[in-house]
Amino acid sequence: MKGGVRLTIYVERRKIVFPGELLAEGKYASGANTYKEGDKIFSAVIGLAEIQNRVISVIAFKGYYVPKVGDIVIGVITDYSPTSWQVDINSPYTAILQVMDALPKPIDPAKEHVRKYFDIGDILLGEVIVFDKTRSPMLTTKGKGYGKLRGGHIVEISPTKVPRLIGRRGSMINMLKKELNCQIIVGQNGRIWFSAKSLEDEELFVKVIRKIDLEAPIPGLTQRVRQLIKEEKAKRRS
Amino acid sequence: MENDKISLVTEDGLRVDGRKLDELRPVKIEVGVLANADGSAFIQQGKSKLLVAVYGPRELHPRHLALPDKALIRCRYHMAPFSVEERKSPAPSRREIELSKIIREALEPAILVDRFPRTSIDIFIEVLEADGGTRCAAVTAASVALAHAGIPMRDLVAACAVGKVDGKIVVDLCDAEDKYGEVDMPVAYMPNKKVVTLLQMDGILTREEFDEAFKKAISACEKIYEFQLNALKKHLSIIEEVKEEESNG
Repeated sequence: MKGGVRLTIYVERRKIVFPGELLAEGKYASGANTYKEGDKIFSAVIGLAEIQNRVISVIAFKGYYVPKVGDIVIGVITDYSPTSWQVDINSPYTAILQVMDALPKPIDPAKEHVRKYFDIGDILLGEVIVFDKTRSPMLTTKGKGYGKLRGGHIVEISPTKVPRLIGRRGSMINMLKKELNCQIIVGQNGRIWFSAKSLEDEELFVKVIRKIDLEAPIPGLTQRVRQLIKEEKAKRRS
Repeated sequence: MENDKISLVTEDGLRVDGRKLDELRPVKIEVGVLANADGSAFIQQGKSKLLVAVYGPRELHPRHLALPDKALIRCRYHMAPFSVEERKSPAPSRREIELSKIIREALEPAILVDRFPRTSIDIFIEVLEADGGTRCAAVTAASVALAHAGIPMRDLVAACAVGKVDGKIVVDLCDAEDKYGEVDMPVAYMPNKKVVTLLQMDGILTREEFDEAFKKAISACEKIYEFQLNALKKHLSIIEEVKEEESNG
C-alpha cells in the first residue's frame, strides 16, 4: 500500500447502519445507498451494510422504485392522450407508454381511440426502454408476455425487497410457484401479479409476501417461508 | 411589571420545572406512527408534542415547480388550534410560514436531493401541544421521519434550543423560559458531519456567553441524536427479534 493510504472498514457485513454512519475509509467504491466524501464512505439510509469486492453498499429497509432500462414492471394506466398513456409504475416518476410502443402498427387518432386498447385502471406488464431522470420513463408492451394483465390479483411490496422475493437465481420465487401451485409475475417496481387455483392458496400467497416484506433482511428467509407454507397447509388439512 | 419579578432560576440552580441548568426535558420519539405516510414520527419533549409526516420522493404537482437537477423539499409547520392556551386560528400565521421555511432550510443540507430530480419531498409538521422548543423538536422529528421514509440523507439533524434565563445559560427552554427569559437560541446540528444547519438568536449575549451557550447546544444536540437513533433502532426491533429467534433455534 502506498504510504499513508488507509484502508479501513468500520462496519461488519449485515450490520444495521443509519444515515451518516461512517462505513469505510480508503480506496473503496461507493455503492447503492451510500455517499462519498473524500475517501470516506457513509451510509445514506437505514439498512444493512454490504461489502462486496471493494464496493460498499447498503441494502435499504425502505425505498422507492427508480426505473432502470430493461426492468420489467407492472403498471396501472392513469391517463391517456390521443397517442399515449400515462402509467403509474409505483415510482416517483410516472411512465409513458406510446401507441407505437404498444401496438403493432400506428393508429389514426381521428378514427380510433386509444382507450380501445388500454383504458384507465387497466393493469399491464411492460418493460422500461428509456429513462435518464431528465425525462419520464418510457415503456414498451411489445414482446414476450407483455401487455394487459387479465384476472389474478396484485400485491405490493417495498421495491427494495424485490431481489429477496426472487432469491438467488430465482430460488424463492420458484419455490413459491411450486409449493403454492400458482402463476406469479414479479415487477421490479414491487408489484406482484399472481393467480392461484383456490382462494386459500391466494390468501396464503399474500401472507407469504407480507412475511417476505417484513423479514427480507434476515438470513434464512427461504427456509422460514417454506416452514410457514408447510404449517399453513397442515392447518388446512386438519 | 409583575412578570419581571418572576424568578425562573432558584438560588440552588433549579429551573421552573425543577431541571438543572443543562438538563434536557424528557424526550420520547416514536417512529412509524402513521400508516399512510411514507415516513412518520411523533416527538414529545417535555410538554411539547408534535407529529411529523413525510411523503416522497413523489411526483410533483404542480409540475412547473419541478427542479431539473434536484428534488424540491416542501415543508409545512402548523400549530393545531388546541395546541396553545388560547385557541390559535388554524390559518397559517406569519410565524408558522417563517418556521416552515427555516425548518426546511435546516433539513435541506442533510437530504441528498440530487438523487431524485424533478420530484418533491413533502414534510408536514403538526404541533399538537406547544410548550416551547417546537421548531427544534420539529427538525428532530422530521429528520427521523425522513430516515424512516428511506430518503437518502447525509446525516440526521438533531436540534435543541439554548438560552439565557435569569442571567444563566440554560438548555432546552420551556415556554415560560422562552417568554420571560433574556435569550432564546435554537440550534440544529448534524452530529456526524459536525455541521450547524440552523442557528437563530433572539436577545443579546456577550461573546463569552455565546461561546458557552453554543457549546452547550452542540452537546444537547448530541444527546438528542442518541434519542433519534434509539427511536429508529426500536422501530427495527422486530427484525432483531426474528434474527434472535433464528440464532436460538
